[in-house]
Amino acid sequence: MLIRDTAAGYGLITRLTHWVMAVGVIGLFVLGLWMVTLNYYSPYYSAAPDIHRSVGILLLILLVLRFGWRLANPKPDDSELKPWERTASHIVHWGFYPLLLALMVSGYLISTADGRPIEVFGWFSVPSLVQRKGLEDSAGEVHEILAYLTIAVAALHAAASLKHHFIDRNRILARMWSGPPSSSS
Amino acid sequence: MKLSPFSLAFVAGTLAVAAPASAADFVIDTAKAHASINFRVKHLGYSWLTGRFDDFSGTFTYDDAKPEASKVKVEISTDSVNSNHAERDKHLRSKDFLDTANHPKAVFESTAVKMSGDKATIVGNLTLHGVTKEIEIAAEPVGGGEDPWGGFRQGFVGTTTLPLKDFGIDFDLGPASQEVELTLNVEGIRQ
Repeated sequence: MLIRDTAAGYGLITRLTHWVMAVGVIGLFVLGLWMVTLNYYSPYYSAAPDIHRSVGILLLILLVLRFGWRLANPKPDDSELKPWERTASHIVHWGFYPLLLALMVSGYLISTADGRPIEVFGWFSVPSLVQRKGLEDSAGEVHEILAYLTIAVAALHAAASLKHHFIDRNRILARMWSGPPSSSS
Repeated sequence: MKLSPFSLAFVAGTLAVAAPASAADFVIDTAKAHASINFRVKHLGYSWLTGRFDDFSGTFTYDDAKPEASKVKVEISTDSVNSNHAERDKHLRSKDFLDTANHPKAVFESTAVKMSGDKATIVGNLTLHGVTKEIEIAAEPVGGGEDPWGGFRQGFVGTTTLPLKDFGIDFDLGPASQEVELTLNVEGIRQ
C-alpha cells in the first residue's frame, strides 16, 4: 500500500485525507443548515453547534497538514487532460485551499469574537485571537456565503470526476479512490 | 400707577423669560456612559440572564415643579445588544429575536407622566421589533443638581416589564421566560 503520491496515483495519506475531509465538509454543511432550525428545547440545540465547531477545528488542522503534504509530494500525471480541463482542475483544486481556509477561519471568528475559546470535544481548546464588537455578525455572513460557495464548488468537482470516470473512462477518479494501478487489490 | 408701554413690555418680557424657569431640556449623557439600558430574562426558570444595549440616545424635558409635564424620548440601536456572549448576541440579532437588520432602532416616546408622591409612571409608546405598543415605566428620581464641571444634571431610574410576544418576538424560550424586565438608568445634562 503506497503512502506517498506518485505520478500514477495518490498514496494512502492523500486519499484518506481527501475522503475524510469530503465527508466532513459535506457533513458540517448539512449539520450547519439543520442546527440553526432547532428550537430552544431540542436536545441537540447545544450539542449540534458543539459538534459543528469541534469537527470544524479538526478539519482546519487536517487542511493545513494536507496542504503541507501536497507540497511535499509529486503530482500525479495529468498529461491526458485537455488544456481547459487541466486549467479548470488546477483552479478548483488549488482554490479549495484558500476557500476552505476562509470558511473555517470565519467560523472560528464567530465563536471567539467575545474572547471565548472553542472547545474541541473536550480534548483541547483553541484560544481567541481577535475580539471585536460585531465580529460575530460579519464573520457569520462570510461563513454562510462561503459555505454555499464551497458546496457549489464541491458539486462541480464531484460532477467533473464522474464525467472523467463514466464518460471519458479514464483513471482520474480511480487514482483518488484506490490509488495507482499497481496498488489496487 | 400708570404703566408706560415700555415698562409694560419690560415686565411682560421678564415674566415670559422667568415663567418656565424650573422646566428644562436635558440630553441623556451617553457620551460619558452615565446611563444604561439593562435587561434580564429568566433562563429556563433557573437563573437571571442579564444583558444591556450598549448604544442608545435620548432626551428628556423635566420640570421639578410640574413633573407631569415631563417628556422623554429614547432611541436604541438594537444591534448593540450585549449579553456578554458573541454567539448568543448574534442569535439575538437574528430573525429569531430582534431582527436587527429589519428593525435597527427601538424607540420609546412618552405621552404622559402620572405622579404618586415621588414616584412616577411614565406612559408612552414603545416601538420594538416593528411593533408599537403603549407601555408604562415605573420611574423615580435618584438625584440632581450641579456637577463640579459647570453643568447641571438630573438622574432617574425606570423599570418596566415587556411580554416578548406583545412585540412579535415569539421564539420559545419556555414558560418562565415570557417577559423581559428592563431597567433604564438615566442621567441627563441640562442644555
